[in-house]
Amino acid sequence: MSQYYIGILILVCINLLAVLGLSLMTGFTGLFNFGQAGFLAVGAYTATILTTRYSVPFAAALLAGMITSALTSFVIGYPTLRLKGDYFAIATLGFAEAVRLLVENLEKITGGSRGIPRIPTLTNLPVALAAAVVALILVANYVRSRHGRSCVAIREDELAAESIGVNSFRYKQIVFAINAMLAGLAGGLLAHYIGFIQPSMFSIIKSTELIVMVIFGGMHSLTGAVFAALVLTSMPELLRAAQAWRLVVYGALVVLIMVVRPEGLMGSWELTPANVKALFVKSRPAQEEG
Amino acid sequence: MSLLEIQRLTKDFGGVRAVDKFSYKLEVGALNAIIGPNGAGKTTIFNLITGIYDPTEGHIFFGDDEITGTITYQIAAKGIARTFQNIRLFSDFSVLDNVRTACHRYASYTIWEGLIPTPRRRREEKALAKRAWRLLELVGLADRAHEMSKNLPYGHQRRLEIARALAQEPTLLLLDEPAAGMNPDETVQLMDFIEQIHDSFDLTILLIEHHMEVVMGLADDIVVIDFGRTIARGTPEEVQANPVVIEAYLGAEEG
Repeated sequence: MSQYYIGILILVCINLLAVLGLSLMTGFTGLFNFGQAGFLAVGAYTATILTTRYSVPFAAALLAGMITSALTSFVIGYPTLRLKGDYFAIATLGFAEAVRLLVENLEKITGGSRGIPRIPTLTNLPVALAAAVVALILVANYVRSRHGRSCVAIREDELAAESIGVNSFRYKQIVFAINAMLAGLAGGLLAHYIGFIQPSMFSIIKSTELIVMVIFGGMHSLTGAVFAALVLTSMPELLRAAQAWRLVVYGALVVLIMVVRPEGLMGSWELTPANVKALFVKSRPAQEEG
Repeated sequence: MSLLEIQRLTKDFGGVRAVDKFSYKLEVGALNAIIGPNGAGKTTIFNLITGIYDPTEGHIFFGDDEITGTITYQIAAKGIARTFQNIRLFSDFSVLDNVRTACHRYASYTIWEGLIPTPRRRREEKALAKRAWRLLELVGLADRAHEMSKNLPYGHQRRLEIARALAQEPTLLLLDEPAAGMNPDETVQLMDFIEQIHDSFDLTILLIEHHMEVVMGLADDIVVIDFGRTIARGTPEEVQANPVVIEAYLGAEEG
């Protein structure tokens, strides 16, 4: 496999990490997060500063990025997770912009808008792939647990969830923290893949790109998240030959999905052996009726 | 012994007094009703008991505990379950998962075990599923266990919402206008169902109704409220014959 395709695959894995967190948080728990780039930035800058200035081992730096990001989510979440509806989404939007401006202005620590160059490129395919696969397994386990069901219950009807004894504030904090850790890890890996970071990489455009992946793949489906991360990350790259038109095609595709299938490509369908089997079994009674 | 005791409960919304010094005692094992015309403050009382609203004044006791102002999910943990006037199911869940989610307190595995399954998680999940199935069989919804709850007929949705409340094994069940939107046939079936769960689950039930006829054959004791105040209390026959009650209902209909 050529270096180019390996590179795309690494980006797919990194995006998948950030999308899995968002899928759990936005898709399954119903908490809209338009500030994912803020958590990527926290993870990226924490890990990068540790590896470049303090020669901290890569794994430890990534972990530190995840923890910092999770702590940030608690600080942001504590006052805002009690807000109803759109207010929380707006708070995340504001948070990400605040992080970006902070990074731009703390020049001594972050290099300001010029960014941090010459980051050791320690992220390779095995590392990125392992991170993505482990994250996918953990999130899939979570979604199918009693805790995952409680999260979906909160999305479906928060009042009803509370009335059966679900502590919605606590669950929101938990999924927000899991999301922040995954995004922090994605940020750390991204910085050490590209070898350079600057604040403009973590703008609202990045947040939007990630949330679009969740919506595109299907809000209630991890299979959809994986598929969307794969397609929407690699497509702009593979369409590079078409130059000017590639973003138009990308945009048109997303619009098309929203019009034709508003619940996203996969809806709430998951790729499990039982569901695949059901696909084939289902066609039989339909024939009888026909 | 009284299971639920409400003392001079008051709730203001801006300048409107929705509940006005409402006092009430509910005995263990009773099947009682609160009735009243539309806007009388019935649902507000339930929302105050279940911690959705904080009372302006007054106290609520459950057993020996004062529960005034307790958060909703903690009220549920104390053993008070409820249904809603406009059914609030987890509509994207299957019938089974609606009930299973409400059983969550009967499993104790942690968030970490949510991420990494352990034998304990597997054991507890099996027990949860068994518990949910048993309940669905009791309420007659087992044959629809895998259907999406939003696809159920209206009457079954009501039944499922009650089943979901029962899944918490509450000591007190609050039913908010369970017969709302039902035709007479469905209403009769539902009343039988409520009587049946009252007997078989060893429950205390308090239900709110708008239509007097519905609770006449069901409740032991009825409180009538209007504009947030208690205007009458007694057996169904006493209440039905009370001129104040008749006036409240007729007046509300004319007005």
